[in-house]
Amino acid sequence: MTAPLLLIEGLYKTFGGLTATDNLTLDVRAGEVHALIGPNGAGKTTVINQLTGELAPNAGRILLDGQDITALPVHARVHRGLGRTFQIVQLMGTYTALDHVALAVQAHQGHSFRFFRAARDDRGLRDPADALLERVGLKARADEPVASLSHGERKQLELAVALAMEPRLLLLDEPMAGLGAVESAQMVELLQSLKGRFAMLLVEHDMEAVFSLADRISVLVGGRAIATGSAADIQADPAVRVAYLGEGDA
Amino acid sequence: MSLLFVEQVLNGLQLGVMLFLLAAGLTLIFGIMGIINLAHGSLYMVGAYAGSIAASATGSFLLAVPAGLAAAAVTGLAIEYIVIRKLYDRDHLDQVLATYGLVLLFNESISLIVGRQPLFVGVPPALSGSIEILPGMTFSVYRLTIIVAGLVIAAGLYALIQRTRLGMLIRAGATNRDMVRALGVDIKLLYTLVFGLGALLAGFAGVMAGPLLSVQVGMGEQILIMTFVVVVVGGVGSIRGALFGAIVVGLVDTLLRAFLPQLVRGMLSDPSEADQLSAGLASMGVYVLMAIVLLWRPQGLFPARS
Amino acid sequence: MHDPFKFSGKALIAIAILIAALVALPFIANAVGLPATTPLATRLLIYAIAAGSLNLVLGFGGMISFGHAAFYGVGGYTVGILFQHVRIGEPLFGFIPGTEQFLIAVPAAILVAGAFALLIGALALRTSGVQFIMITLAFAQMLFFLFVALKRYGGDDGLIIRRRNALFGLNMRDDLTFYFVVLIVTIGFYLLLWRIAGSRFGMVLGAIRQNERRVAALGIAVYRYKLAAFTIAGMGAGLAGGLVANYARFVSPDMLHWTKSGELMVMVILGGAGTLLGPLFGAFALVTLETVLSGWTERWQLFLGPILLLIILYFRGGLSGLFKFIGGGGK
Repeated sequence: MTAPLLLIEGLYKTFGGLTATDNLTLDVRAGEVHALIGPNGAGKTTVINQLTGELAPNAGRILLDGQDITALPVHARVHRGLGRTFQIVQLMGTYTALDHVALAVQAHQGHSFRFFRAARDDRGLRDPADALLERVGLKARADEPVASLSHGERKQLELAVALAMEPRLLLLDEPMAGLGAVESAQMVELLQSLKGRFAMLLVEHDMEAVFSLADRISVLVGGRAIATGSAADIQADPAVRVAYLGEGDA
Repeated sequence: MSLLFVEQVLNGLQLGVMLFLLAAGLTLIFGIMGIINLAHGSLYMVGAYAGSIAASATGSFLLAVPAGLAAAAVTGLAIEYIVIRKLYDRDHLDQVLATYGLVLLFNESISLIVGRQPLFVGVPPALSGSIEILPGMTFSVYRLTIIVAGLVIAAGLYALIQRTRLGMLIRAGATNRDMVRALGVDIKLLYTLVFGLGALLAGFAGVMAGPLLSVQVGMGEQILIMTFVVVVVGGVGSIRGALFGAIVVGLVDTLLRAFLPQLVRGMLSDPSEADQLSAGLASMGVYVLMAIVLLWRPQGLFPARS
Repeated sequence: MHDPFKFSGKALIAIAILIAALVALPFIANAVGLPATTPLATRLLIYAIAAGSLNLVLGFGGMISFGHAAFYGVGGYTVGILFQHVRIGEPLFGFIPGTEQFLIAVPAAILVAGAFALLIGALALRTSGVQFIMITLAFAQMLFFLFVALKRYGGDDGLIIRRRNALFGLNMRDDLTFYFVVLIVTIGFYLLLWRIAGSRFGMVLGAIRQNERRVAALGIAVYRYKLAAFTIAGMGAGLAGGLVANYARFVSPDMLHWTKSGELMVMVILGGAGTLLGPLFGAFALVTLETVLSGWTERWQLFLGPILLLIILYFRGGLSGLFKFIGGGGK
């Protein structure tokens, strides 16, 4: 078997007296969708934030493609191929949808120390950004400032922004959160269509979405992974039923 | 030389204590209320003016202290009620500009009412003179009184913050403002109390500074900017950091001013140029200190939130 | 959405009228017997450059720098010190010859101020929020004391520059000529700001102001862009300082005083932070206010304080809204 794309080894993080990530070991293989599930407060977002570099772990290593990225700053990890979406959308209020994706295209192209040419007239930025907005179904809304986009549209925009960076691994922090049934189904369909182009680590509460998308599932409880396996394995795992599914589905 | 050094250390301690009185209020007001208050130096100035006017009118320094405290407290509560309250939910830029407006208002009002001439207040007779604190070494009783009073106040603040319910709320507010809001505490009252406490401390520092410095318009900003250095060095929101930072800044500033001229005079031929240069370099010392601390620990030495 | 850095036809006409008015101003002033207006307008334009440079960090980048006057002062002193070394006929530090050439002294002012901004910014930008405000203020204070200490260059009395710098054999002593030199520099500077604001760099800067976390997650090294903006702004302030040293033929530590930083901030806010021409109108508003009020009373700042309070507390953005039409289209 080849080495995994992402390898988390013995990750450990405490806040004061609280252990948020407890000796977590986990891997994501190239091209797979690996879902991370667990009850609220299990420490899922804390794991994501350590992977992106917003939080520094107290111990443990994070390897991307065999290279240790544990100490890299946020922006450097992005250039190594680590993309993300935010659980609570993070957007720039006065910028349009197209501005957002164009900015991501621009960031992906390299440095932005260009001071003279008007960025909003730059076809080298606008054309790829347009194509990405079309891909996520936002083309008609390209010139709307994000303040006037609906919640579902903002979630789609988050995804378009992440795609613009052409990640090898995309960290999806609750992409369905706050979406209605129809929007959720659209998002699942969209993610389904992207499956295989890059690996995804999917944090999600919507079990239906998780079971339809994930190749493997890990269950996080109290900051540690209590089980990893296929959807069927996880549903059959007695420890998971006790710790999570038994209560969560009741 | 060594006795001179001890004397300068005591002088540095005295400056540090004064800085602490201002920094404690400033750091609490920021830590709990999220307000950056440039007018904190104005409260110090108001205390100094009220104290020296009361002292020269009554001839009694004992009356100057309550006069300065009362003036600073009343002024502080008034600006909290009229201006600061409206700034809680504003960004730092609005806070800076509005309190900058207050500084201009206070400075110009005072120079209109009292005049541009600095006021001089004598050291109260009971505290004048020096005492021998070490064999062969005397030290100003007044400065010693400031050090003792400041340390007593620091201890009192420590007890207030560690031992009382108000202190518990203050500590909680400095680390997590939203939690205190969520506890259902009368947050407005807490804010007013903290601001009033800060004003009292600043006013006290102003009164005590009267006999040491000339009381004049602009004295507030001079010390305010140094207080900023203290707060940054100590860590925003931390009383412990404010005390530590104040002492360090007070010592560095005083010792540089005392001993740098000798060093510079050795290097430059023109003595008057050497004096002015060393005075300027000594004034820069605390900012260099701040730069070093920032390189080493951007959050200051004792950050309240980590 | 409307692009704030692309001007509609109406806005372009307004800008053309503004430039025409600025060109005509000294002639009209002379015709109506108010020749003192020309130097006043010169000062106004110089402030507009200083405030415009602050707007790059404050308005576009969202960094509340409270020490911008430091770079303004450094620029001024660069011109003053270079002139001083011509006068005493002795090179600076033993190897840098003095100069009274405008095209050397003013670019030197820009570069030296930029170097200081790079250094101070590199330290100050390690922090954010309230600490950044305090630290920029403290560093400015440090430079203030440095110039107070330099007795060789006048200390706290300041440094008199006997002649304005020479430029193409123009009669720079003539207020009208000097006004046009400053006007051309100002127009060039605002053109540059306009290009920067709409460039890739400008897009990153505006995004940083709105959501730094998002920008970092795009793979952008936020710190470098903030530092670049801070440095460019410092250079702009150095330009203004170099011009004002020529204008007043005098520099003093007052140029670096913290109240000067405060005034620059007030200009940016009065005119509308983050709009292209806002600082120009802010400078206009403040200088006019100062001129009118100080005609009444020496203590004009007594009125500035309450005016500032009223604007911040009750009419936030009111004045900038007035100029929105010209200043930056719709926001």
